[in-house]
Amino acid sequence: MNEIAAQSLATQPWLSLLTFLPLVGAFGVALRQMLAKRDANGEISAAEIAQIDTVARNVALLFTLGAFIVSVFIYFAFYDPSVAGYQLVETAEWLGGGVSYKMGVDGISILFVLLTTFIMPICVLASKTIDKRVPEYMIAFLIMETLILGVFCALDLIVFYLFFEASLIPMFLIIGVWGSKGTKELGGVVMSSRVYAAIKFFLYTLLGSVLMLVAIIWMWRYAGTTDIPTLQQTAFPEGAQKWLWFAFFASFAVKMPMWPVHTWLPDAHVQAPTAGSVVLAAILLKMGGYGFLRFSLPMFPLASAEFAPFIYALSIIAIIYTSLVALAQEDMKKLIAYSSVAHMGFVTMGIFTGTKQGIEGGLFQMLSHGFISGALFLCVGVLYDRIHTREISAYGGLVHKMPFYAFLFLFFTMGNVGLPGVSGFVGEFLTMVGAFKANSWIAFFAAFGVILSAAYALRLYRQVMYGDLAKAKLMAIADVDARELTMLGALLVFALFLGLYPKPALDVFAPSVDLLMSNFDAALAGAAGAP
Amino acid sequence: MEPFVVLLPLFGALLAMPLGRMAGPRAAEIATTALLGVACLYAWVLFFDVAVGGNARTISLFTWFQSGDFYADWAVRLDTLTAVMLVVVNTVSFLVHAYSIGYMHEDDGRPRFFAYLSLFTFAMLCLVTADNFMQLFFGWEGVGLASYLLIGFWFKKKSANDAAIKAFVVNRVGDFGFALGIFCVFYVFGSVRFDEVFGAVASNAVVTPYGQSVGAPIRELTITFLNWDFHALTVMSVLLFIGAMGKSAQFLLHTWLPDAMEGPTPVSALIHAATMVTAGVFLVCRCSIFYEYAPDAAALVTVTGAVTAFFAATVGLLQDDIKKIVAYSTCSQLGYMFFAAGVGAYGAAMFHLFTHAFFKALLFLGSGAVIHGLHHEQDIKKMGDARTLLPLTWLMMLIGTLSITGVGIPGAKIGDMPLGFAGFVSKDMILESAYAAGEAGRAFGYFAFTLGLIAAVFTAFYSWRLIFLTFHGPTRIPEEVRKHPHEVPAVMHAPLIILAIGAVFAGMAFYSDFVGSKADKFWNGALYSADDHAPAHAPAVEAHDAAATAHEAEAAHGEHHFPAWVVWAPFVAMATGLLAAIYQYLRGDPLRPGLLRPGGMIYAFLRNKWYFDEIYDFLFVKPALKLGRFLWLDGDGKTIDGVGPDGIAGVVAASARRVVKVQTGYMYHYAFAMLLGIAALVTFIVFRLGGGQ
Repeated sequence: MNEIAAQSLATQPWLSLLTFLPLVGAFGVALRQMLAKRDANGEISAAEIAQIDTVARNVALLFTLGAFIVSVFIYFAFYDPSVAGYQLVETAEWLGGGVSYKMGVDGISILFVLLTTFIMPICVLASKTIDKRVPEYMIAFLIMETLILGVFCALDLIVFYLFFEASLIPMFLIIGVWGSKGTKELGGVVMSSRVYAAIKFFLYTLLGSVLMLVAIIWMWRYAGTTDIPTLQQTAFPEGAQKWLWFAFFASFAVKMPMWPVHTWLPDAHVQAPTAGSVVLAAILLKMGGYGFLRFSLPMFPLASAEFAPFIYALSIIAIIYTSLVALAQEDMKKLIAYSSVAHMGFVTMGIFTGTKQGIEGGLFQMLSHGFISGALFLCVGVLYDRIHTREISAYGGLVHKMPFYAFLFLFFTMGNVGLPGVSGFVGEFLTMVGAFKANSWIAFFAAFGVILSAAYALRLYRQVMYGDLAKAKLMAIADVDARELTMLGALLVFALFLGLYPKPALDVFAPSVDLLMSNFDAALAGAAGAP
Repeated sequence: MEPFVVLLPLFGALLAMPLGRMAGPRAAEIATTALLGVACLYAWVLFFDVAVGGNARTISLFTWFQSGDFYADWAVRLDTLTAVMLVVVNTVSFLVHAYSIGYMHEDDGRPRFFAYLSLFTFAMLCLVTADNFMQLFFGWEGVGLASYLLIGFWFKKKSANDAAIKAFVVNRVGDFGFALGIFCVFYVFGSVRFDEVFGAVASNAVVTPYGQSVGAPIRELTITFLNWDFHALTVMSVLLFIGAMGKSAQFLLHTWLPDAMEGPTPVSALIHAATMVTAGVFLVCRCSIFYEYAPDAAALVTVTGAVTAFFAATVGLLQDDIKKIVAYSTCSQLGYMFFAAGVGAYGAAMFHLFTHAFFKALLFLGSGAVIHGLHHEQDIKKMGDARTLLPLTWLMMLIGTLSITGVGIPGAKIGDMPLGFAGFVSKDMILESAYAAGEAGRAFGYFAFTLGLIAAVFTAFYSWRLIFLTFHGPTRIPEEVRKHPHEVPAVMHAPLIILAIGAVFAGMAFYSDFVGSKADKFWNGALYSADDHAPAHAPAVEAHDAAATAHEAEAAHGEHHFPAWVVWAPFVAMATGLLAAIYQYLRGDPLRPGLLRPGGMIYAFLRNKWYFDEIYDFLFVKPALKLGRFLWLDGDGKTIDGVGPDGIAGVVAASARRVVKVQTGYMYHYAFAMLLGIAALVTFIVFRLGGGQ
């Protein structure tokens, strides 16, 4: 009886429930806004607006926290980390013709699901200083969470594509509507910088996606299905693999972002509100790396192997080039954004080595970057909320007034530098171990990033925190409050824990990565044996 | 139990700040110092158990890394090499903690200071107790962090912040090599654990690097590194040594150490003299088996060490800052340790590391007492006759100087034991080993011996110059300071006295264990010597080896007979430097121009430390910043954005001026249009094309 109950409990559509839970919250907020009391002139009173705002914040926090709890529950109750294949799979008829609604997770995706649900409540908390269009803002975040979870859970290409593309939209809005002030002139038109950043973000990502869509259609025509597990077993002809690989690459490389299609990221980060930057850095970028592992490597193994040197080259350029650029930045957010590009360079480098350490290191680096860069953007947000500038030169000597902040910022700076003991080290080091196996040159060049990251990160910290507290504006600056301490503290705990004991995460990756690698190696061996 | 020898300082580090907040700085000081006191006692217990008693063991705690066969534990490895480091680190750290209670008593940041000191100690202990390269690297970087925090402890000072960053970044250059070395070890052995890696070398096992189909015995194995074929052990050894060069401030990567004197003086004593900077020597000794079978790498170690010993001593001659003199002296002494290791005399290297910890910590803490006593004056040209103001400090500094310059009776022995100050015993051991290596035909043995001797002359000169200018001659100390000198409190003197005892007797007391008759039993395999493991079944080779390299075993056991001039040379070198210093600084005006006239080329060259900072600034720092700006503005801005998105966005913007100007209100429209677009596209495709299936 109990067994049957447990069995039926386990086969419930948990992933769909989780994915669409935030959407329910979004509907709730929307409903409350529609039901707003209006006076005789059809205007909404200030008190009513304030109340709606409060409801929106609380509902958003409640639902993001709820999603987190549900995801943790799902993980511990139903997910078996020793299984390599997909779990919690649910399928429903949808469009027909081989296109169905299918969800499922494996060792490669499950931790990104948890990362997403963990980061989102923090983002809601970080949005306390948003004061215009609060309900719309919260709706955008809740919808975004649903879409991101959909990306990581989808096991059908069309479903994946829909989530993947649609996740652009809320982010586009968050940057374009709630972004910072300032103008930029382009093509004779003066536009606000945040709109420029939003459009740049959109254009880049759209361009990549169109190519991916074409590839998806081709694959569907070829295989007769868009079922991801089936496609992963499908041997595409070698010639076609190259084109398909490039089409997917275009999309994922932009998302990652890889050099030279990275220039949207600094702009997007600078313009986005703090929480927007956190989601962008902590989660949205990871869709690129996830895509490489879910599609490029398993579906186009021959092309992946053939183009690996090309990826190495781009990754190494990204590591060295963007680290040098980070050294020259005058804006805190831009500096961290460029350092993100460098760190993602380690991920792509590791993934395409096709070695166990490279792939696991890449996955781990993405996870860890979620905590560390998310926290760094929060750290910038803490200062921005108080002084309203991101200029590095506007600060100095904050350590005198903000000892707790100084400690937290130092911790995450060291995480960014890749100090052993913090999670940032584990991924970076493993990817380089993998790279050395592939070719010592790659590791040799990548290791320059180790030197440069110390230079730019410590320079930032020094200029903001150390020295005399001389600037008048900074005299009354307050240390972190309880809310900020909670957010940063939660991230610190994870970054430290995974730095000292990364085994739990690596153990979750391992079975699925082993399976991926054995399929990959078999495909290569098969191709080598064929002629 | 054993993990506590590592963990107690960590508890101190974690407790210091909360305690400081709740119960005041004194509570933080006492708690951290007491915890270290316990750790120190325990370290000595372990030393007698492990090193003297021969109970080497490893305690594994839990897995740190596991990714495929890349596997590393958190562990406490206790062998003699570790035990020696444990007592050095914990003893000096405890004394420095105690001394700092007095030295830092006016500073507001005391809890933070003690937290950092204890954090450093913890990281250093992780380093020395590692049983794999990963934990070693953890400690390695951890001490780097602590060093960064302590150099920049007075964070208001720009110079302190600059020095802190410089220390971290230059060390990272070394770590670049170290990390590649670890990758290489893993690539070749498929493991980063000492037992497996060193075991494979010891048994000359056949290893197959990753992705290779054919293996080879490790000592003959060649691998492709950066497209060239190299002897595998040599590549690893050289890469690891680059890491050691950074941490131990060896020639080319030394520039951070003198600047690190921006930190409080107790920090200089603990980190930049006695412990952290010796981590490189420890690394080479830990990997002694690599260097034994990689003669080219060992030669590089020898040359680098000898050049550093010489170079740093020359720069030390003309420094005026009391701490900088001692810093260059540290750099130079580390050079001695390295060339000792390079010629295969690992025991002598570790012995000098051990004695150096005492006399150099003594000199630093003594300098701190001088600075403290003379109201924060560091320029020895502004001192003179401080002996009358700070008699006890003078005595302590004198003992340190007698030890570092190597005062002793050459050739005299009571039984096995030579007679002399600690520095004399260990430095003589090193120079004799280098000479013996040269005699045996080992690469650069004579070279190291010669440079080591010259450096010994300089060492004596700059050390005595420091003493004479500071404590003797006419006084140049301002009147008001002379009226109120701060002779230091007992809590600062006690550590000085303990260190002084070490500086006098540590050499004689531990000679037989480290390098004398009991050495084999003492080290118990922790240090590797190829000679002891020459293959018995190849008599020809053995005979050759015995003829060529038996020097080390003999030298180590004191059986080797050196020509009298070799035995006396270090003493003569010391005496020469001393006499020159007496001639210049005890007769007449000590500040008169000496042999090197100010304004001369050599003078300027030495005063400017061989222009290393200027050269590096010109070659690396400025170009990196310039390149960064260029890539940002011209690379990202003009090229990528100009051609790509701005070009497209510009066209879009120009053709739709009206829409763009309206801005945010229209953002929703865009978004909605996008959503519709995606949905429509997908629907269209699915139904139109799907129908065809």
